[in-house]
Amino acid sequence: MLTQIRLSGLAMACLMSLPAMAQTAPDATDPIIINDGELQLETVASTPEHLEGVLPELYSGWLFRDSETQAMQTDDFENPGMIFVDQGIDDWNMVDGNAGKSCASCHEGIESMKGVRASMPRVNGDGQLWSMEDYINDCRVERMQAEALDWNGDRMKNMTAAISVQSRGMPMDVAIDGPARPFWEQGKDMYYTRYGQLELACANCHEDHYGDWIRADHLSQGHTNGFPVYRLKQAALVSQHNRFRGCIRDTRAETFPMGSDEFRALELYVASRGNGLPVEGVSVRH
Amino acid sequence: MPRQAVVSAVAVFAALALTWGAAAEIASQDVIFADDGSIAQSLSGQAGDAEQGARIYADKSSGNCVACHAIADRTDAEFQGTIGPALDGAGDRWAVAQLRGIVADAKQTFPESMMPSLYKTSGYVRPGDGFTGKSGTEPLPTLLSAQQIEDVVAYLATLKE
Ligand code: HEC
Ligand code: HEC
Repeated sequence: MLTQIRLSGLAMACLMSLPAMAQTAPDATDPIIINDGELQLETVASTPEHLEGVLPELYSGWLFRDSETQAMQTDDFENPGMIFVDQGIDDWNMVDGNAGKSCASCHEGIESMKGVRASMPRVNGDGQLWSMEDYINDCRVERMQAEALDWNGDRMKNMTAAISVQSRGMPMDVAIDGPARPFWEQGKDMYYTRYGQLELACANCHEDHYGDWIRADHLSQGHTNGFPVYRLKQAALVSQHNRFRGCIRDTRAETFPMGSDEFRALELYVASRGNGLPVEGVSVRH
Repeated sequence: MPRQAVVSAVAVFAALALTWGAAAEIASQDVIFADDGSIAQSLSGQAGDAEQGARIYADKSSGNCVACHAIADRTDAEFQGTIGPALDGAGDRWAVAQLRGIVADAKQTFPESMMPSLYKTSGYVRPGDGFTGKSGTEPLPTLLSAQQIEDVVAYLATLKE
């Protein structure tokens, strides 16, 4: 009798011991149509080779938001992030630093930045993995003799937003081979590490449970093609590293600093999971 | 009996009760899980209070079970999660000892489970100090106390279909 109970208990436990996974596809996968058809962004992309068997398809985070939030992203006048894009463009044209130069002095119109966002982060000539923020600060310090901007400061976020918009619609396409490989591997390790007292990895939420609800939050696949995003809750632009910091903090873990090498590596890996989705920046999130 | 003797007898009794109480609570590192992940004995040495458990279940700053689970009649909880299975009928599916094991450390019952371990203090990767994002020092306080676990277990045991 006792053994029987024990056995059926065990059988039950075995049955249920496959991790409970629920990858739930969104109800609809309409494209994001911006400014009455001026621009159309696909919200689904096929899985990049390195994720085959892991994700059936890639879905934009936009699909997991409520219809009001979605609508704000379909009109550049309604999109609160666009004000900051304008401010970033002003900064692009503004002379700053002892060299008496602006970004435009060397690069001319900001349209010259088309494509940059889709390939970031990227390994530089010295073999270091650099985020867009690093390239911006390198120009400021070395070429403009101006002070470096704070990673998460308004001017930096405005500038990354202004540069990102130039690539809107271009597929994300970060390099993961050659010199990028070790950084990518490091980021991948982080993605599957169960941090903090809640022992949750990025993959627990964004790979195994996208489409599920974690209390009031509808989980997406956690892509970065919309960054920097405008977050209604914060009424501000949010950088990628700030988002990573928030997600790790919410596992009751010691997080990593914004602008750390760890977050650059994670940024590369997460970006590569979205390879194929169009750049959406500046997206709107609640 | 002289008044003083009564007082000291009471004091001795109170002290004894305290020691018994302390001895009866099983510390996180002393918990014994059976092969199936269950825990036979009450962690606090006391019975659980189902009503209290129902509160802890939905309370964002203690159990927060609703983040991941749903129960049909818990209309008081504004948002219920869908990460874990619905818990309607959990009291039919599982014996109390098994429920205790799941709530204390679900990974002993479901290897690799996403469900956090609520009665565990160390062995973490980058343990934090609560939700501050700063580092914490192990042993961390357990997410629920022994008595809170018993209360939640008592509540789960009432979930019958
Ligand atoms: C406990 C669950 C949980 C974990 C663990 C988690 N996240 Fe998130 N994450 C969320 C929630 C909730 C949101 C907001 C809804 C959404 O977009 O999915 C979010 C949003 C994001 C976004 C923004 C997506 C968008 O479209 O705006 C990114 C990027 C992201 N997470 C990356 C990560 C990374 C990288 C990790 C690991 C370091 C991680 N997350 C760990 C819950 C989690
Ligand atoms: C972050 C998500 C999460 C949280 C928070 C969580 N659980 Fe779970 N729980 C799960 C998952 C996932 C399972 C399924 C088991 C598995 O991993 O295969 C589960 C399984 C269970 C089961 C067995 C399910 C059944 O009906 O057979 C019970 C009982 C349970 N949880 C109770 C609780 C209680 C009580 C709390 C809070 C004190 C809680 N859970 C908090 C994710 C969670």
